[in-house]
Amino acid sequence: MTSPYVIATLLFYAASLALYVWNLREPSRVAGIGATSCLVVGLALHYMALLARSRLIHAVPYDDLFGSLSLFAWLLAATYLCLEAIHRRRAVGPFVLPIVLGVFLLAHLPEARPVKAPPAQGPLFAFHVTLNILAYSAFAISFVLSIIFLVQNRRLRDHKLGVVGWRFPALDVLERMTRSSVLIGCASLAAGMTAGLIWAHRLEGRYWDGDPKVIVTVLILLIYVGYTFLSRTAAWRGARASALCIFNFMFVIFSYSIVNRYLSHFHRYF
Amino acid sequence: MEIVLIGLNHRTASVDLRERVAFTPEQAREAAEQLRSRGILEESLVLSTCNRSELYGVPREDATDSAGAVELFVASFHQLSLNELNGSLYRHRDSHAVRHLFRVAAGLDSMLLGEAEILGQVRDAYQIALDRGETGPVLNRMFQAALEVGKRVRNETELGARPVSVAFSGVKLAERIFGKLNNHRALIVGAGATSEQVVRHLCDRGVKQLRVLNRTPEHAVDLAARFGGEVVPWENLAAALDWPDLIVTSVSASEPILTRSIIGRAMAARGNRALLLIDLGVPRNVASDVSDVYNTYLYNIDDLTEIVEQNKKARVAEIPRAETIIDEQVDKFLHWQAGVAAGAVLGDLRNKLAAEHEAFVQERLASMPNLSEEDRAKVAAMLREFLDRVVITPAERMRGIPELRRKLQNFEAIRDLFRLDREKP
Repeated sequence: MTSPYVIATLLFYAASLALYVWNLREPSRVAGIGATSCLVVGLALHYMALLARSRLIHAVPYDDLFGSLSLFAWLLAATYLCLEAIHRRRAVGPFVLPIVLGVFLLAHLPEARPVKAPPAQGPLFAFHVTLNILAYSAFAISFVLSIIFLVQNRRLRDHKLGVVGWRFPALDVLERMTRSSVLIGCASLAAGMTAGLIWAHRLEGRYWDGDPKVIVTVLILLIYVGYTFLSRTAAWRGARASALCIFNFMFVIFSYSIVNRYLSHFHRYF
Repeated sequence: MEIVLIGLNHRTASVDLRERVAFTPEQAREAAEQLRSRGILEESLVLSTCNRSELYGVPREDATDSAGAVELFVASFHQLSLNELNGSLYRHRDSHAVRHLFRVAAGLDSMLLGEAEILGQVRDAYQIALDRGETGPVLNRMFQAALEVGKRVRNETELGARPVSVAFSGVKLAERIFGKLNNHRALIVGAGATSEQVVRHLCDRGVKQLRVLNRTPEHAVDLAARFGGEVVPWENLAAALDWPDLIVTSVSASEPILTRSIIGRAMAARGNRALLLIDLGVPRNVASDVSDVYNTYLYNIDDLTEIVEQNKKARVAEIPRAETIIDEQVDKFLHWQAGVAAGAVLGDLRNKLAAEHEAFVQERLASMPNLSEEDRAKVAAMLREFLDRVVITPAERMRGIPELRRKLQNFEAIRDLFRLDREKP
């Protein structure tokens, strides 16, 4: 974690988080704009940190687990920033930034070492990995939004809105934001998987060599597609759909950790 | 450049007296004009709302008791004796007047703490006075700053953010569930005064469609007609529940008219879309176990009253933040005012010293006939340079550096120090 970019990124993400929290507690224009500005600067510095790391280990960020984690954090922050710009809501920031900060720390705490690159690479592989990580970032945001929905829903039903409850986005807005994130995630995952399968076919002459990662990823895609349908049905609309979205994200974490670490022979980063 | 404020408000005067001292828009224009034409004030502005009547002004430089003169004017304008106004009028000058206006614009001086209407009323009063040329540089600056204060307090604090009326709380709760209401529908069950308040707020917030049900159809027709809604016959109550996202009930009934089974059926028919029920009836119109139905949000009058109380406390807690903004803006205004005052004083000081210098040189050189014209010019130039170094240059610095002006709290004392008012060149 010696790169000055890493330290600077950390500082700006931390400042952004502090300002987002401040803005949630005591809404102020200065804190809000400050939070977003720090996040933008943090994103730019994070990009430089990714670049510096790649140069150091002579590999793209997604060739090892820590690099891919860093890329995940970057895409998570970038996706959140887009959502903030579209919906003009900063109340979700205090809940997304801790994940960005935590994952970034996890990615950059260990010393970066040169890695053994996959057998062949190219733009298709780059698309495959980047789109899949983007999908996971979008799912992570839908996870955070769903938690906020459930908390806010409980507060509204129990008549205990409190100070913060009046500052969260409306339930309807949270629901729409969640659906948008899931849609982005599903589209990215489908495109990323397709790119990966084509790449694998070009490399080895077959689409699938029995790697469990592919099965788990298809399962993730299916459960999220299921969510998009169920969330509009009478039985699942509202809190149940949010609970389902949270449950779905457990599969993402499982895929990213257990599957990558112990089950997959091709997607193992170690 | 003194500022005076004479006024009364809901804290100092009874509603009876406030009514008698209130200015209609036409009277406000007339009063402001008379204050100027009679030479009492150079700039004037009347702010009159249901809770306050205030006259802001900048008196002439040579005025002695301008505040007293304005008080007399108010009494005579409304055909009252000063005794009747005694104890009800407040007088503020300069920074106190500025602070008072800023607090008014921020909603801190309102009967309902943090209410938003007052800012619009201040804006309107200023616009009218500006259009008629009754304000000048001081009141223009002061009221523009007041409008900025009001805007900042609303944007940067929660003073006016949370609702403090039962009807508005219900509508704001609906916004916490549905977001903007322009895509949502409301059903009003009962056409009484309470319902009307809710309907008014719903329409202000742009609710998409409105339907009204009432046991007495005439009342429903009247309410619906006034707010552009539709009337539904009372007999169709159960069927009408499939349609809205928000139901407001306020009818006299000894038993709940909306039970769990009725709402359960309605929710099934509407595909479990979220439903907010606001029960303003006493006894309650909606059975309490309706809140157990999936995706329903039930609030009765007590729940809303509790929210109102919490919000009132939250508003009070925001006062220090609003006061900080006001302090900042008062400081800014006073700096500007001191800058303008410094400019005027420095102009007078320069003229005075130039005249003194000329007289002094002439007088002293008269007793030195042996000096050549060239030497006389040199002596005059040396003295001018000396004055510039000792007085003018520091004074110029003072004009340029706000910090120096802050240190010199009473800049006007320089006038007395150099007798600038007594012997104008």
